[in-house]
Amino acid sequence: MPSGEADAGRFVQCTSCRKTLFSADFEHELRVCRFCGHHHRLSARDRIACTFDEGSFEETDAGLRTVDVLKFPDYMPKHEQAVTKTGMNDSVMIGRAKLDGMPVSAGVAEFGFMGGSMGVVAGEKVTRCLERGAEEGMPVIMVCASGGARMQEGLSSLVQMAKTTVAVERCREAGVPFIAVMTDPTMAGVLASYASVADVILAEPKAMIGFAGARVSKQAQVVKAPSDFQTAEWVNKSGMVDRIVERRDMRGTLIALVRALGAHLRTGKALVGA
Amino acid sequence: MAKTWKEWEQPVLELEQMIERLERAAQRETDPAKRGAAEEKVQELKQRRDTYVQLRYSRLTPWEEVLLARAETRPYLLDYVGTVFTDFTELEGDRRYGSDRAMVGGPAFLDGRPVMIVGQQKGRNLQERTFRNFAMSKPEGYRKAIRLFEMADRFRMPVVTLVDTPAADPGVESEGRGIAEAIAASMLAMFGLRVPVVSVLIGEGGSGGAIAIAVANKVLMLEHAIYSVIPPEGCAAILWRDPSKGPEAAAALGLTSSSALELGIVDKVLPEPFGGAHRNFAEAAATVKTGILEALSELGPMSPDEIKRHRYDRFRKAGSFEEASRAAVR
Repeated sequence: MPSGEADAGRFVQCTSCRKTLFSADFEHELRVCRFCGHHHRLSARDRIACTFDEGSFEETDAGLRTVDVLKFPDYMPKHEQAVTKTGMNDSVMIGRAKLDGMPVSAGVAEFGFMGGSMGVVAGEKVTRCLERGAEEGMPVIMVCASGGARMQEGLSSLVQMAKTTVAVERCREAGVPFIAVMTDPTMAGVLASYASVADVILAEPKAMIGFAGARVSKQAQVVKAPSDFQTAEWVNKSGMVDRIVERRDMRGTLIALVRALGAHLRTGKALVGA
Repeated sequence: MAKTWKEWEQPVLELEQMIERLERAAQRETDPAKRGAAEEKVQELKQRRDTYVQLRYSRLTPWEEVLLARAETRPYLLDYVGTVFTDFTELEGDRRYGSDRAMVGGPAFLDGRPVMIVGQQKGRNLQERTFRNFAMSKPEGYRKAIRLFEMADRFRMPVVTLVDTPAADPGVESEGRGIAEAIAASMLAMFGLRVPVVSVLIGEGGSGGAIAIAVANKVLMLEHAIYSVIPPEGCAAILWRDPSKGPEAAAALGLTSSSALELGIVDKVLPEPFGGAHRNFAEAAATVKTGILEALSELGPMSPDEIKRHRYDRFRKAGSFEEASRAAVR
C-alpha cells in the first residue's frame, strides 16, 4: 500500500476474516465486519451510545475507587494504566438511561479496563445498579464483558459474586425485570453470579461465554471440547442463553423486552424493594 | 519450595521411628539405670518432636497452607458427619439430571436438633477420588444442594454447609449443563432462606465452587483451611503465564484463615488441634461442633425475616472501597 502514513486511520482490518474495511463504515456499522459479520468489541462509551436513547445516559457513582487491600504485586500500576486508558474509575459504568423514552437502570462493562474484571468497585456498582432498579421500579440492563473476578483483590473479589447475586434477589422481590447482555467475553466469576440469574439473557453472536477460562481449563486438563465450545451459539444450544442478538438489533430487542416485562412498572404503582 | 506437605512431616516421622525403637529397647532393658537413661532419651526426643511440630505449624507459608489444606490425611466431610452429627441420612438426587457424588447432603442431628447438611466430599485413594470427582461438583451437585436448602427452609431446619472443594467441575459437560448458572442459582437460593445458615471451610475453599454453598449468616474457617478466588496455580498461569509460580500467587492472594478473618470474609477461625487437624480427628470434630453450636445459638433469637436480612447485610457490605463525594470528584 503506497504511503501508509496518509492512510493511517482510514482503514481497519477485520480481526476475524482479515479483510480491509473503511474505518468510517466500520464505526458506522457498530464495529461489525460487513464481510463476515464478526462483532468486534465495543468500549463502554460506544456501547452506551448505540444502546440507549441519545444523550439519555447519566452516569452515577463515578467516585468509587479501589483500595489495594492485599498490596498485590503490580496491581496499582496496572490499575492506574487502565484508568488512563479508559477514562473510567473501574471496569463498570452505571447510571440512569432511557430506552425509547422508558427509564432504565443501566450498567455497562469495559473490557479494556483490566479485562473487565470484577473487584470490589465493579461489584459495588453492579449491586447499586440492580438496587436502584428495585428501589425506583426501573428495569435493569447490564451489558457484561469480563474475564471474571479480579484476582488482584483476592477474596474480596470472590464475595462480590454473592453480593451482586443478592441484589438480583432484590429485583425479583420488587418485580423489576433484569436483562443481561453477554458480550465478548463473559466468563467465570461474572457468568457464575448475577449475569446467569437474569430474567432474560441475550448474547452477541460468537461472544465467548464460559465458566472456566481456556488457560485454567488447560490446567485442569479439560479435553475433547467441541469446536464451538464456549461460544454464544453453543451456550444458546445448551439452553443457558435466551437469544443471540446481532448488535444492530440489540437496542430494538431491549426496547421490546422492557416494554413487555416492565409494563406493570409504568402503568401500575411503582414497586419498591424491601 | 515444598511440593507436598509430607516434606515438613518427614523429620517428625523420623523422630517418631527413633522414639518407637528406643521405647521398645527400654522395655527390654533389665538394668534399671540403663532403662532410666533410655526413658529419659525418649522424653527428650518427644520434646524435640513437639517443639518441631509446634514451630513448623505456627510458621507455615501461604503455599504450605495450600498444600496442607489439600492433604489426603485431613478430615473430610464424612469424617465430621460421623462425629459432629448423628443419624445422617444422605439424599442423593437432584431431580433434574443425575446424582453428583462430590456434593453430599441430607438431614442429620446436631445435639438432638435436626439440621440439613450440605458439603463436598473428597477421596483418599484413586478409586474414591474418581468416585467423588476430586470433590469438584458438576451442575447437578449444586442443584441437589439447592433442593436441600429449600427443603430445610420448608421444614424449618438450620443449614450447615461444610466446604471442601478445589473448584467446581470445569469440564465440557458441566459447561453444557450450566455450571455457572448452577453456582449463581445456589447463591440466590441461599439468600432466600429464612432459617439460620452456618458454613465451615474445612479444607479447600476453591473460588466459585466454594462460595456457591457458603452464603451463610456465619462463615467459620478451620485454621489450616484455605479460601481463594482462584487456585494459586491458575492465578500464576494467568498473571505470569507460569503455573509453577503457585507459591508466589498463594502469598499474594491472601487465602489463609488469618487473612480471610482480617478481610472480614470469615467471622471466626477455628483453631486446629496441635500440629493440625490430621493429627487428631476427634479434637478437630469437637472444635467444629462447638463452633457450629455457638454460631447457631447466636443466630437463635432472630426471626425468620431477620435471619434473611442478616445474611443479606453480611454480604452487602463485603469488600472495602473509597468513595469520593460528588463535590470532591469535581
